[in-house]
Amino acid sequence: MVLVSLDIINKEKTVKYKYLNLAIIKKLRNSVMDLVPIIVVVVFFQSVVIQQPFPQIGEVIFGFLFIIVGLMLFVEGLEIGLFPIGESMAYALAKKGSLLWLFIFAFVLGFSTTIAEPALIAVAKEASIISSDAGLIESNQKTMYNYAMGLRLTVAFSVGLAIVIGVLRILKGWPLYYLIIGGYVLVMLMTIIAPKEIIGLAYDAGGVTTSTITVPLVTALGVGLATVIKGRSPLIDGFGLIAFASLLPMIFVMAYGLFWF
Amino acid sequence: MDFVLVLFSTLRDVLPILVVIIFFQLVVLKQPIPHLKKVILGGVYVVVGLALFLLGLEKALFPVGKIMATQLSDPSFIGIASGEVSPWWSYYWIYIFAALIGFSTTIAEPSLIAVAIKANEVSAGTISQWGLRVTVAIGVAFALALGTFRIITGTSLFVYIMVGYVIVIIQTFFTPKRLIALAYDSGGVTTSTVTVPLVAALGLGLSSTVPGRSPAVDGFGLIAFASLFPIITVLGYAQFMELKTRLFKIKIKRNEI
Repeated sequence: MVLVSLDIINKEKTVKYKYLNLAIIKKLRNSVMDLVPIIVVVVFFQSVVIQQPFPQIGEVIFGFLFIIVGLMLFVEGLEIGLFPIGESMAYALAKKGSLLWLFIFAFVLGFSTTIAEPALIAVAKEASIISSDAGLIESNQKTMYNYAMGLRLTVAFSVGLAIVIGVLRILKGWPLYYLIIGGYVLVMLMTIIAPKEIIGLAYDAGGVTTSTITVPLVTALGVGLATVIKGRSPLIDGFGLIAFASLLPMIFVMAYGLFWF
Repeated sequence: MDFVLVLFSTLRDVLPILVVIIFFQLVVLKQPIPHLKKVILGGVYVVVGLALFLLGLEKALFPVGKIMATQLSDPSFIGIASGEVSPWWSYYWIYIFAALIGFSTTIAEPSLIAVAIKANEVSAGTISQWGLRVTVAIGVAFALALGTFRIITGTSLFVYIMVGYVIVIIQTFFTPKRLIALAYDSGGVTTSTVTVPLVAALGLGLSSTVPGRSPAVDGFGLIAFASLFPIITVLGYAQFMELKTRLFKIKIKRNEI
Protein backbone atom coordinates (compact mmCIF):
# COMPACT_ATOMS: atom_id res chain seq x y z
CA MET A 1 0.00 0.00 0.00
CA VAL A 2 2.69 2.41 1.08
CA LEU A 3 4.87 1.46 -1.81
CA VAL A 4 2.09 2.02 -4.30
CA SER A 5 1.26 5.47 -3.01
CA LEU A 6 4.92 6.39 -2.97
CA ASP A 7 5.16 5.25 -6.53
CA ILE A 8 2.23 7.45 -7.48
CA ILE A 9 3.77 10.45 -5.73
CA ASN A 10 7.02 9.83 -7.55
CA LYS A 11 5.25 9.57 -10.85
CA GLU A 12 3.37 12.79 -10.21
CA LYS A 13 6.60 14.46 -9.28
CA THR A 14 8.38 13.42 -12.44
CA VAL A 15 5.43 14.41 -14.59
CA LYS A 16 5.23 17.77 -12.90
CA TYR A 17 8.98 18.24 -13.13
CA LYS A 18 9.05 17.38 -16.80
CA TYR A 19 6.18 19.75 -17.50
CA LEU A 20 7.90 22.51 -15.55
CA ASN A 21 11.09 21.95 -17.51
CA LEU A 22 9.36 22.22 -20.86
CA ALA A 23 7.43 25.28 -19.77
CA ILE A 24 10.56 27.06 -18.62
CA ILE A 25 12.37 26.37 -21.88
CA LYS A 26 9.40 27.65 -23.83
CA LYS A 27 9.20 30.81 -21.72
CA LEU A 28 12.93 31.40 -22.00
CA ARG A 29 12.67 31.02 -25.75
CA ASN A 30 9.84 33.55 -25.79
CA SER A 31 11.82 36.18 -23.96
CA VAL A 32 14.87 35.54 -26.15
CA MET A 33 12.62 36.17 -29.15
CA ASP A 34 11.55 39.48 -27.61
CA LEU A 35 15.14 40.60 -27.49
CA VAL A 36 16.33 39.48 -30.91
CA PRO A 37 15.44 42.81 -32.60
CA ILE A 38 17.43 44.83 -30.04
CA ILE A 39 20.46 42.58 -30.34
CA VAL A 40 20.36 42.79 -34.13
CA VAL A 41 20.13 46.60 -34.06
CA VAL A 42 22.93 47.05 -31.55
CA VAL A 43 25.28 44.64 -33.33
CA PHE A 44 24.50 46.15 -36.73
CA PHE A 45 25.19 49.72 -35.68
CA GLN A 46 28.31 48.83 -33.75
CA SER A 47 29.89 46.75 -36.48
CA VAL A 48 28.64 48.34 -39.71
CA VAL A 49 27.95 51.99 -39.02
CA ILE A 50 30.12 53.08 -36.14
CA GLN A 51 32.76 50.43 -36.76
CA GLN A 52 34.17 50.37 -33.30
CA PRO A 53 34.69 47.39 -31.05
CA PHE A 54 32.15 46.90 -28.30
CA PRO A 55 33.05 48.61 -25.07
CA GLN A 56 33.05 45.97 -22.32
CA ILE A 57 31.66 43.10 -24.33
CA GLY A 58 31.44 40.88 -21.23
CA GLU A 59 29.17 43.32 -19.40
CA VAL A 60 26.95 43.62 -22.44
CA ILE A 61 26.48 39.86 -22.72
CA PHE A 62 25.81 39.60 -19.01
CA GLY A 63 23.32 42.41 -19.32
CA PHE A 64 21.42 40.65 -22.08
CA LEU A 65 21.24 37.48 -19.96
CA PHE A 66 19.77 39.54 -17.12
CA ILE A 67 17.22 41.08 -19.47
CA ILE A 68 16.14 37.68 -20.78
CA VAL A 69 15.68 36.11 -17.35
CA GLY A 70 14.09 39.29 -15.98
CA LEU A 71 11.57 39.49 -18.79
CA MET A 72 10.67 35.83 -18.36
CA LEU A 73 10.08 36.25 -14.62
CA PHE A 74 8.09 39.43 -15.19
CA VAL A 75 5.72 37.81 -17.68
CA GLU A 76 5.29 34.78 -15.41
CA GLY A 77 4.57 37.07 -12.46
CA LEU A 78 2.01 38.98 -14.51
CA GLU A 79 0.02 35.87 -15.23
CA ILE A 80 0.04 34.37 -11.76
CA GLY A 81 0.12 37.57 -9.67
CA LEU A 82 -0.73 40.97 -11.13
CA PHE A 83 -3.53 40.00 -13.51
CA PRO A 84 -5.41 37.80 -11.01
CA ILE A 85 -5.19 40.35 -8.20
CA GLY A 86 -6.33 43.20 -10.45
CA GLU A 87 -9.25 41.20 -11.73
CA SER A 88 -10.30 39.75 -8.38
CA MET A 89 -10.33 43.26 -6.90
CA ALA A 90 -12.44 44.50 -9.79
CA TYR A 91 -14.93 41.66 -9.20
CA ALA A 92 -15.01 42.19 -5.44
CA LEU A 93 -15.50 45.96 -5.72
CA ALA A 94 -18.23 45.56 -8.32
CA LYS A 95 -19.96 42.96 -6.15
CA LYS A 96 -19.76 45.20 -3.11
CA GLY A 97 -21.86 47.62 -5.11
CA SER A 98 -20.42 50.76 -3.55
CA LEU A 99 -19.66 53.24 -6.30
CA LEU A 100 -17.85 55.53 -3.90
CA TRP A 101 -15.29 52.89 -2.92
CA LEU A 102 -14.83 51.86 -6.53
CA PHE A 103 -14.05 55.45 -7.49
CA ILE A 104 -11.77 55.93 -4.50
CA PHE A 105 -9.91 52.76 -5.47
CA ALA A 106 -9.58 53.94 -9.07
CA PHE A 107 -8.32 57.36 -8.01
CA VAL A 108 -5.87 56.09 -5.42
CA LEU A 109 -4.50 53.48 -7.82
CA GLY A 110 -3.80 56.14 -10.45
CA PHE A 111 -2.52 58.77 -8.03
CA SER A 112 -0.27 56.61 -5.88
CA THR A 113 1.45 54.84 -8.73
CA THR A 114 2.13 58.07 -10.58
CA ILE A 115 3.39 60.28 -7.77
CA ALA A 116 6.27 57.84 -7.11
CA GLU A 117 7.01 57.20 -10.79
CA PRO A 118 10.79 57.69 -11.30
CA ALA A 119 10.40 58.89 -14.89
CA LEU A 120 8.01 61.60 -13.74
CA ILE A 121 10.28 62.69 -10.88
CA ALA A 122 13.16 63.03 -13.36
CA VAL A 123 11.07 64.93 -15.89
CA ALA A 124 9.64 67.30 -13.24
CA LYS A 125 13.11 68.14 -11.95
CA GLU A 126 14.41 68.68 -15.46
CA ALA A 127 11.43 70.93 -16.19
CA SER A 128 12.05 73.06 -13.10
CA ILE A 129 15.68 73.60 -14.14
CA ILE A 130 14.71 74.50 -17.69
CA SER A 131 11.97 76.88 -16.53
CA SER A 132 14.23 78.70 -14.11
CA ASP A 133 16.98 78.97 -16.74
CA ALA A 134 14.44 80.50 -19.08
CA GLY A 135 13.50 82.96 -16.34
CA LEU A 136 9.93 81.76 -16.12
CA ILE A 137 10.14 81.01 -12.43
CA GLU A 138 12.46 82.41 -9.78
CA SER A 139 15.70 80.57 -9.75
CA ASN A 140 15.95 79.68 -6.09
CA GLN A 141 15.82 76.25 -4.56
CA LYS A 142 12.45 76.68 -2.87
CA THR A 143 10.57 77.92 -5.92
CA MET A 144 12.10 75.24 -8.10
CA TYR A 145 11.22 72.53 -5.60
CA ASN A 146 7.67 73.82 -5.32
CA TYR A 147 7.38 73.96 -9.07
CA ALA A 148 8.60 70.38 -9.54
CA MET A 149 6.46 69.06 -6.69
CA GLY A 150 3.43 70.92 -8.03
CA LEU A 151 4.03 69.40 -11.43
CA ARG A 152 4.19 65.90 -9.97
CA LEU A 153 1.02 66.44 -7.95
CA THR A 154 -0.75 67.81 -11.02
CA VAL A 155 0.19 64.82 -13.15
CA ALA A 156 -0.63 62.30 -10.41
CA PHE A 157 -4.00 63.97 -9.74
CA SER A 158 -4.85 63.94 -13.43
CA VAL A 159 -3.97 60.25 -13.74
CA GLY A 160 -6.16 59.44 -10.72
CA LEU A 161 -9.00 61.43 -12.21
CA ALA A 162 -8.43 59.76 -15.59
CA ILE A 163 -8.86 56.28 -14.10
CA VAL A 164 -12.03 57.44 -12.30
CA ILE A 165 -13.48 58.80 -15.56
CA GLY A 166 -12.44 55.60 -17.32
CA VAL A 167 -14.18 53.44 -14.70
CA LEU A 168 -17.29 55.63 -14.90
CA ARG A 169 -17.26 55.13 -18.66
CA ILE A 170 -17.14 51.35 -18.25
CA LEU A 171 -20.07 51.48 -15.81
CA LYS A 172 -22.15 53.69 -18.07
CA GLY A 173 -21.04 52.05 -21.32
CA TRP A 174 -20.26 55.36 -23.02
CA PRO A 175 -18.39 54.96 -26.31
CA LEU A 176 -14.73 55.68 -25.71
CA TYR A 177 -14.11 57.69 -28.85
CA TYR A 178 -16.51 60.50 -27.92
CA LEU A 179 -14.53 61.11 -24.75
CA ILE A 180 -11.13 60.75 -26.39
CA ILE A 181 -12.00 63.02 -29.30
CA GLY A 182 -13.42 65.51 -26.80
CA GLY A 183 -10.11 65.25 -24.97
CA TYR A 184 -8.17 65.88 -28.18
CA VAL A 185 -10.21 69.01 -28.82
CA LEU A 186 -9.45 70.19 -25.29
CA VAL A 187 -5.71 69.52 -25.81
CA MET A 188 -5.80 71.59 -29.00
CA LEU A 189 -7.65 74.46 -27.31
CA MET A 190 -5.27 74.41 -24.34
CA THR A 191 -2.29 74.39 -26.70
CA ILE A 192 -3.47 77.71 -28.14
CA ILE A 193 -3.75 79.46 -24.79
CA ALA A 194 -1.00 77.70 -22.78
CA PRO A 195 2.49 79.25 -22.48
CA LYS A 196 4.72 78.00 -25.28
CA GLU A 197 7.45 76.75 -22.92
CA ILE A 198 5.25 74.15 -21.27
CA ILE A 199 3.72 72.58 -24.39
CA GLY A 200 6.52 70.11 -25.19
CA LEU A 201 6.67 69.04 -21.57
CA ALA A 202 2.90 68.68 -21.35
CA TYR A 203 2.76 66.51 -24.46
CA ASP A 204 5.48 64.25 -23.10
CA ALA A 205 3.88 64.05 -19.65
CA GLY A 206 1.11 61.94 -21.15
CA GLY A 207 3.55 59.27 -22.23
CA VAL A 208 5.65 58.89 -19.10
CA THR A 209 2.87 58.43 -16.57
CA THR A 210 1.98 54.82 -17.09
CA SER A 211 4.64 52.58 -15.60
CA THR A 212 5.33 48.94 -16.20
CA ILE A 213 3.51 47.79 -13.08
CA THR A 214 0.58 50.19 -13.39
CA VAL A 215 -0.32 49.13 -16.93
CA PRO A 216 -1.07 45.45 -16.17
CA LEU A 217 -3.01 46.33 -13.01
CA VAL A 218 -5.08 49.03 -14.68
CA THR A 219 -5.75 46.80 -17.69
CA ALA A 220 -6.84 43.95 -15.42
CA LEU A 221 -9.11 46.37 -13.52
CA GLY A 222 -10.81 47.56 -16.72
CA VAL A 223 -11.19 44.13 -18.24
CA GLY A 224 -12.37 42.68 -14.92
CA LEU A 225 -15.04 45.37 -14.50
CA ALA A 226 -16.23 45.02 -18.08
CA THR A 227 -16.49 41.26 -17.57
CA VAL A 228 -18.67 41.40 -14.43
CA ILE A 229 -20.95 44.26 -15.45
CA LYS A 230 -23.86 43.06 -17.55
CA GLY A 231 -24.00 44.29 -21.11
CA ARG A 232 -20.33 45.30 -21.30
CA SER A 233 -17.82 43.58 -23.52
CA PRO A 234 -14.29 43.20 -22.15
CA LEU A 235 -12.79 44.07 -25.53
CA ILE A 236 -14.89 47.16 -26.34
CA ASP A 237 -15.32 48.51 -22.82
CA GLY A 238 -12.50 46.95 -20.83
CA PHE A 239 -9.67 48.74 -22.60
CA GLY A 240 -9.35 52.51 -22.67
CA LEU A 241 -8.26 53.32 -19.11
CA ILE A 242 -4.66 53.83 -20.20
CA ALA A 243 -5.77 56.06 -23.05
CA PHE A 244 -7.37 58.41 -20.51
CA ALA A 245 -4.32 58.23 -18.30
CA SER A 246 -2.15 59.46 -21.16
CA LEU A 247 -4.54 62.16 -22.32
CA LEU A 248 -5.61 63.93 -19.15
CA PRO A 249 -2.09 64.79 -17.89
CA MET A 250 -1.49 66.79 -21.09
CA ILE A 251 -4.50 69.00 -20.39
CA PHE A 252 -3.69 69.40 -16.71
CA VAL A 253 -0.01 70.19 -17.22
CA MET A 254 -0.91 72.93 -19.68
CA ALA A 255 -3.40 74.30 -17.15
CA TYR A 256 -0.59 74.16 -14.58
CA GLY A 257 1.56 76.20 -16.94
CA LEU A 258 -1.19 78.80 -17.26
CA PHE A 259 -1.43 78.99 -13.51
CA TRP A 260 2.33 79.46 -12.95
CA PHE A 261 3.46 81.76 -15.71
CA MET B 1 25.57 45.24 -5.20
CA ASP B 2 24.07 46.95 -8.23
CA PHE B 3 21.32 44.39 -8.18
CA VAL B 4 20.45 45.17 -4.56
CA LEU B 5 20.17 48.86 -5.40
CA VAL B 6 17.96 48.25 -8.42
CA LEU B 7 15.85 45.77 -6.49
CA PHE B 8 15.42 48.33 -3.74
CA SER B 9 14.27 51.02 -6.13
CA THR B 10 11.86 48.62 -7.84
CA LEU B 11 10.44 47.71 -4.45
CA ARG B 12 9.98 51.39 -3.69
CA ASP B 13 8.01 51.78 -6.93
CA VAL B 14 5.81 48.82 -6.04
CA LEU B 15 5.22 49.94 -2.46
CA PRO B 16 2.34 52.38 -3.11
CA ILE B 17 0.49 49.74 -5.15
CA LEU B 18 1.04 47.18 -2.43
CA VAL B 19 -0.33 49.55 0.23
CA VAL B 20 -3.41 50.32 -1.87
CA ILE B 21 -4.16 46.65 -2.54
CA ILE B 22 -3.70 45.56 1.06
CA PHE B 23 -5.76 48.48 2.39
CA PHE B 24 -8.66 47.76 0.05
CA GLN B 25 -8.60 44.01 0.62
CA LEU B 26 -8.48 44.20 4.38
CA VAL B 27 -10.30 47.43 5.26
CA VAL B 28 -12.80 47.95 2.46
CA LEU B 29 -13.52 44.50 1.09
CA LYS B 30 -12.77 42.76 4.39
CA GLN B 31 -11.82 39.50 2.79
CA PRO B 32 -8.60 37.58 2.34
CA ILE B 33 -6.85 37.77 -1.01
CA PRO B 34 -7.83 34.75 -3.11
CA HIS B 35 -4.94 32.39 -3.96
CA LEU B 36 -2.73 34.43 -1.65
CA LYS B 37 0.36 32.24 -2.04
CA LYS B 38 0.26 32.34 -5.82
CA VAL B 39 -0.31 36.08 -5.89
CA ILE B 40 2.62 36.70 -3.55
CA LEU B 41 4.83 34.45 -5.66
CA GLY B 42 3.68 36.35 -8.74
CA GLY B 43 4.45 39.65 -7.05
CA VAL B 44 7.94 38.46 -6.16
CA TYR B 45 8.49 37.32 -9.76
CA VAL B 46 7.37 40.72 -11.06
CA VAL B 47 9.67 42.68 -8.75
CA VAL B 48 12.72 40.45 -9.19
CA GLY B 49 12.09 40.16 -12.93
CA LEU B 50 11.76 43.89 -13.36
CA ALA B 51 14.87 44.55 -11.30
CA LEU B 52 16.93 42.06 -13.36
CA PHE B 53 15.48 43.54 -16.53
CA LEU B 54 16.42 47.11 -15.55
CA LEU B 55 19.88 46.09 -14.43
CA GLY B 56 20.43 44.26 -17.71
CA LEU B 57 19.28 47.31 -19.65
CA GLU B 58 21.71 49.50 -17.77
CA LYS B 59 24.57 47.14 -18.49
CA ALA B 60 23.80 46.12 -22.05
CA LEU B 61 21.59 48.56 -23.85
CA PHE B 62 21.73 52.05 -22.38
CA PRO B 63 25.50 52.64 -22.69
CA VAL B 64 25.57 51.38 -26.25
CA GLY B 65 22.36 53.23 -27.16
CA LYS B 66 23.54 56.50 -25.69
CA ILE B 67 26.98 56.30 -27.29
CA MET B 68 25.36 55.61 -30.63
CA ALA B 69 22.87 58.45 -30.26
CA THR B 70 25.66 60.96 -29.65
CA GLN B 71 28.07 59.49 -32.19
CA LEU B 72 25.52 59.42 -34.96
CA SER B 73 24.57 63.06 -34.43
CA ASP B 74 28.20 64.15 -34.16
CA PRO B 75 29.14 66.67 -36.88
CA SER B 76 32.28 64.69 -37.78
CA PHE B 77 30.22 61.57 -38.40
CA ILE B 78 27.87 63.49 -40.69
CA GLY B 79 30.89 64.99 -42.43
CA ILE B 80 30.48 68.67 -41.62
CA ALA B 81 32.37 71.11 -39.45
CA SER B 82 31.02 71.70 -35.97
CA GLY B 83 28.36 74.42 -35.93
CA GLU B 84 27.81 74.20 -39.66
CA VAL B 85 24.21 73.83 -40.79
CA SER B 86 23.67 70.69 -42.78
CA PRO B 87 20.57 69.81 -44.84
CA TRP B 88 18.16 67.49 -43.09
CA TRP B 89 18.81 64.51 -45.34
CA SER B 90 22.47 64.31 -44.35
CA TYR B 91 21.29 62.97 -41.00
CA TYR B 92 19.85 59.82 -42.60
CA TRP B 93 21.66 57.47 -40.22
CA ILE B 94 19.87 59.17 -37.34
CA TYR B 95 16.47 58.47 -38.88
CA ILE B 96 17.37 54.85 -39.53
CA PHE B 97 18.77 54.45 -36.04
CA ALA B 98 15.73 56.11 -34.45
CA ALA B 99 13.32 53.90 -36.38
CA LEU B 100 15.20 50.67 -35.64
CA ILE B 101 15.75 51.42 -31.96
CA GLY B 102 12.08 52.43 -31.66
CA PHE B 103 10.94 49.19 -33.25
CA SER B 104 13.25 46.89 -31.33
CA THR B 105 12.75 48.44 -27.89
CA THR B 106 8.98 48.42 -28.31
CA ILE B 107 9.03 44.69 -29.03
CA ALA B 108 10.74 44.17 -25.67
CA GLU B 109 8.56 46.65 -23.72
CA PRO B 110 7.08 44.72 -20.75
CA SER B 111 3.89 46.78 -20.44
CA LEU B 112 3.09 46.24 -24.10
CA ILE B 113 3.58 42.51 -23.58
CA ALA B 114 1.08 42.71 -20.71
CA VAL B 115 -1.55 44.47 -22.82
CA ALA B 116 -0.96 42.07 -25.72
CA ILE B 117 -1.49 39.06 -23.43
CA LYS B 118 -4.77 40.54 -22.15
CA ALA B 119 -5.99 41.53 -25.61
CA ASN B 120 -5.28 38.05 -26.90
CA GLU B 121 -7.10 36.47 -23.97
CA VAL B 122 -10.13 38.78 -24.14
CA SER B 123 -10.55 38.45 -27.91
CA ALA B 124 -10.44 34.65 -27.60
CA GLY B 125 -7.29 34.53 -29.68
CA THR B 126 -8.41 36.59 -32.67
CA ILE B 127 -5.95 39.35 -31.82
CA SER B 128 -2.51 37.80 -31.98
CA GLN B 129 0.07 38.95 -29.44
CA TRP B 130 2.79 39.30 -32.02
CA GLY B 131 0.49 40.98 -34.52
CA LEU B 132 -0.38 43.70 -32.02
CA ARG B 133 3.19 44.14 -30.80
CA VAL B 134 4.67 44.38 -34.28
CA THR B 135 1.98 46.86 -35.36
CA VAL B 136 2.65 49.06 -32.33
CA ALA B 137 6.41 48.76 -32.88
CA ILE B 138 6.05 49.95 -36.48
CA GLY B 139 4.13 52.94 -35.16
CA VAL B 140 6.90 53.79 -32.70
CA ALA B 141 9.56 53.33 -35.39
CA PHE B 142 7.80 55.79 -37.64
CA ALA B 143 7.18 58.16 -34.73
CA LEU B 144 10.83 58.34 -33.73
CA ALA B 145 12.07 58.78 -37.30
CA LEU B 146 9.62 61.63 -37.78
CA GLY B 147 10.38 63.00 -34.31
CA THR B 148 14.11 63.21 -35.00
CA PHE B 149 13.31 64.83 -38.34
CA ARG B 150 11.29 67.42 -36.44
CA ILE B 151 14.14 68.13 -34.05
CA ILE B 152 16.62 68.51 -36.91
CA THR B 153 14.38 70.79 -38.96
CA GLY B 154 13.15 72.63 -35.88
CA THR B 155 9.53 72.60 -37.00
CA SER B 156 6.72 73.12 -34.52
CA LEU B 157 5.75 70.10 -32.40
CA PHE B 158 2.21 71.35 -32.14
CA VAL B 159 1.52 71.12 -35.89
CA TYR B 160 2.57 67.46 -36.03
CA ILE B 161 0.47 66.52 -33.01
CA MET B 162 -2.58 68.31 -34.44
CA VAL B 163 -2.25 66.52 -37.77
CA GLY B 164 -1.82 63.24 -35.89
CA TYR B 165 -4.99 63.88 -33.88
CA VAL B 166 -6.95 64.70 -37.01
CA ILE B 167 -5.79 61.44 -38.62
CA VAL B 168 -6.77 59.47 -35.50
CA ILE B 169 -10.21 61.11 -35.40
CA ILE B 170 -10.87 60.37 -39.09
CA GLN B 171 -9.65 56.78 -38.72
CA THR B 172 -11.86 56.26 -35.67
CA PHE B 173 -14.97 56.65 -37.79
CA PHE B 174 -13.87 53.95 -40.22
CA THR B 175 -12.55 51.36 -37.78
CA PRO B 176 -14.59 48.47 -36.34
CA LYS B 177 -15.79 49.65 -32.92
CA ARG B 178 -14.48 46.67 -30.98
CA LEU B 179 -10.85 47.53 -31.69
CA ILE B 180 -10.90 51.27 -31.01
CA ALA B 181 -10.30 51.08 -27.26
CA LEU B 182 -7.37 48.73 -27.68
CA ALA B 183 -5.85 51.01 -30.32
CA TYR B 184 -6.14 54.06 -28.04
CA ASP B 185 -4.54 52.12 -25.21
CA SER B 186 -1.60 51.01 -27.30
CA GLY B 187 -0.49 54.63 -27.49
CA GLY B 188 0.06 54.93 -23.77
CA VAL B 189 1.85 51.66 -23.15
CA THR B 190 4.65 51.99 -25.66
CA THR B 191 6.77 54.37 -23.70
CA SER B 192 8.02 53.06 -20.41
CA THR B 193 11.02 51.24 -19.04
CA VAL B 194 12.98 50.55 -22.20
CA THR B 195 12.02 53.30 -24.57
CA VAL B 196 11.99 56.44 -22.43
CA PRO B 197 15.66 56.54 -21.34
CA LEU B 198 16.94 55.82 -24.85
CA VAL B 199 14.56 58.24 -26.50
CA ALA B 200 15.43 60.96 -24.01
CA ALA B 201 19.14 60.44 -24.72
CA LEU B 202 18.48 60.62 -28.44
CA GLY B 203 16.38 63.78 -28.16
CA LEU B 204 18.76 65.60 -25.87
CA GLY B 205 21.84 64.46 -27.80
CA LEU B 206 20.40 65.61 -31.10
CA SER B 207 19.06 68.93 -29.91
CA SER B 208 22.39 69.82 -28.32
CA THR B 209 24.52 68.95 -31.38
CA VAL B 210 22.33 70.26 -34.20
CA PRO B 211 23.09 73.97 -34.59
CA GLY B 212 20.24 76.29 -33.67
CA ARG B 213 18.37 73.79 -31.52
CA SER B 214 18.11 73.90 -27.76
CA PRO B 215 17.37 70.94 -25.50
CA ALA B 216 14.78 72.99 -23.60
CA VAL B 217 12.59 73.74 -26.60
CA ASP B 218 13.34 70.94 -29.07
CA GLY B 219 14.46 68.07 -26.83
CA PHE B 220 10.92 67.28 -25.73
CA GLY B 221 8.30 65.78 -27.96
CA LEU B 222 9.73 62.40 -28.98
CA ILE B 223 7.73 60.63 -26.28
CA ALA B 224 4.58 62.44 -27.39
CA PHE B 225 5.17 61.20 -30.93
CA ALA B 226 5.78 57.66 -29.70
CA SER B 227 2.46 57.72 -27.85
CA LEU B 228 0.49 59.03 -30.82
CA PHE B 229 1.63 57.10 -33.87
CA PRO B 230 1.01 53.56 -32.56
CA ILE B 231 -2.68 54.56 -32.30
CA ILE B 232 -2.62 55.34 -36.01
CA THR B 233 -0.91 52.08 -36.99
CA VAL B 234 -3.14 49.91 -34.79
CA LEU B 235 -6.28 51.62 -36.16
CA GLY B 236 -4.85 51.14 -39.64
CA TYR B 237 -4.19 47.47 -39.01
CA ALA B 238 -7.75 47.01 -37.74
CA GLN B 239 -9.09 48.70 -40.88
CA PHE B 240 -6.90 46.53 -43.08
CA MET B 241 -8.10 43.33 -41.40
CA GLU B 242 -11.72 44.47 -41.73
CA LEU B 243 -11.21 45.16 -45.42
CA LYS B 244 -9.61 41.78 -45.90
CA THR B 245 -12.49 39.88 -44.28
CA ARG B 246 -14.98 41.91 -46.32
CA LEU B 247 -13.22 41.07 -49.57
CA PHE B 248 -13.06 37.45 -48.47
CA LYS B 249 -16.81 37.40 -47.83
CA ILE B 250 -17.52 38.92 -51.24
CA LYS B 251 -15.36 36.27 -52.83
CA ILE B 252 -17.22 33.48 -51.03
CA LYS B 253 -20.56 34.93 -52.11
CA ARG B 254 -19.44 35.03 -55.71
CA ASN B 255 -18.28 31.45 -55.55
CA GLU B 256 -21.63 30.42 -54.15
CA ILE B 257 -23.42 32.02 -57.06
